[in-house]
Amino acid sequence: MIKSKPLISIIKTLQGIGHRMVERIWRLGAGARLFFLTIVYSAESFKRFHLTMREIYSTGVMSLLIIIVSAFFVGMVLALQGYNTLQKYGSSEAIGVLVSLALVRELGPVVTALLFAGRAGTAITAEIGLMKTTEQLSAMEMMAVNPIARVVAPRFWAGVISMPILAALFSMVGILGGYIVAVPLIGVDEGAFWSQMQANVDFQSDIVNGVIKSLVFGVACTMIALFEGFDAPPTAEGVSRATTRTVVISSLTVLGLDFVLTSFMLVI
Amino acid sequence: MTNNIVEIDNLSFGYKGRLLHKGINMVFPRGKVVAIMGGSGSGKTTLLRLIGGQIKPSKGEVRVHGDVVHKQDRDGIFKLRRKMGMLFQQGALFTDLSVYENVAFPMRELTDLPDSMIHDLVLMKLNAVGLRGAHTLMPAELSGGMARRVALARAIALDPAIMMYDEPFAGLDPISMGVICSLIRSLNDALGATSIIVSHDVKETFLIADYVYFVANGVVTAEGTPDDLMKSTLPYVHQFVHGDKDGPVPFHYPAGNYQSELMKQS
Repeated sequence: MIKSKPLISIIKTLQGIGHRMVERIWRLGAGARLFFLTIVYSAESFKRFHLTMREIYSTGVMSLLIIIVSAFFVGMVLALQGYNTLQKYGSSEAIGVLVSLALVRELGPVVTALLFAGRAGTAITAEIGLMKTTEQLSAMEMMAVNPIARVVAPRFWAGVISMPILAALFSMVGILGGYIVAVPLIGVDEGAFWSQMQANVDFQSDIVNGVIKSLVFGVACTMIALFEGFDAPPTAEGVSRATTRTVVISSLTVLGLDFVLTSFMLVI
Repeated sequence: MTNNIVEIDNLSFGYKGRLLHKGINMVFPRGKVVAIMGGSGSGKTTLLRLIGGQIKPSKGEVRVHGDVVHKQDRDGIFKLRRKMGMLFQQGALFTDLSVYENVAFPMRELTDLPDSMIHDLVLMKLNAVGLRGAHTLMPAELSGGMARRVALARAIALDPAIMMYDEPFAGLDPISMGVICSLIRSLNDALGATSIIVSHDVKETFLIADYVYFVANGVVTAEGTPDDLMKSTLPYVHQFVHGDKDGPVPFHYPAGNYQSELMKQS
């Protein structure tokens, strides 16, 4: 029998760490299983594409305002900061390139994904969590209707389709914000602003890579939001925690994935 | 051929190391209203979930129309569930759909009926529960009793052979309770269905049930017709039926010595 108090506390700490590790691995497995089932039952949900269209409206269209406003300010700040640095080296005409590359390659996909997780991801988690709490998902199952095909798959594809479109809009509006600050306000030459951008932004390595990133972020953010909602304990506290987890896990996943994807894209 | 639509045979179920049911046997004959009664936490709703195949038993089996529920694959379970209707405790209406769309939901999802026929069927089902005039309302605009009746209309949308009711009277005012009570009986008789009611409301349940099972401590402690059970001298049944404060089910949750706990606090 172990009597030493420090030893007992060490054992308890190790038990706690082990328990958390097992729980995390279990959740990862359950999330992967849900992802797999979502893909399997997607064909069933595509038969009624109007369900996906409705979700595109609530996740994509309803996120437009926050995306456009944020993009506008991000573009303006980029132009201000960029100009401040570039003019020291006498290359303030390159401001258009700086703004567009920063937006198309990084800020467009990443900030859109972070905003999407906060605006649409939380809504998805809370909605599905509450559907579970109020037994709506059980009712669906008892009616022989598969909740993954009816509830999860349309939301998943809505997120995957919406994200690249939102990211493209973010980049466009951001560039517009940068243009307004750089050209009319600071007085950078308009021709240099656009022509340098045109000459230095590559379709394959910049724009396509940005779209790939936003697609991957779309899959990750939407799947995390769906899993958290589906896995939420059916209580007010459970749904609240799940909603918080959606934002935290999505944000960290997006930032981590961004690093990984950027590394691969630069090597290839 | 057996007349029993649902049979529960030597069923045991447990989770997290706790055995909730220990060898339960029940039968639900065709056309009858059978009630499962017992205190909160006695596993009544779990029995409905076992019949619906949402969870699997640890031992024993549930047979619906002779098919063992837990041995069915996904398609088999869904096929069985199409013969079932279930009224959930709080109705479980889809909050983003109107009353009309809630009742139409199973028809749209599970059949290829044209819209015109779905329209007629939805209005017929809503008329049966007295809420045809409320078909444009959203679930948030309904009272508890109305929501329960809409959920009932949705549950009978495809004329199921088995109807399951999970605490259908809980939280209702006396008028709504009476309405739901008479609807359960009349719909059962009109549809020729078999109804399983899970409840702890003695008065209403005894009014409409043909047969009652009492569940306590994981086993069936008593069974019989409502009249038999009203006269029962079994201590648990007597306490439950007459609402005695103390009896086999103690008023106090198991606890240590009261005096010593008070002394420890001070």
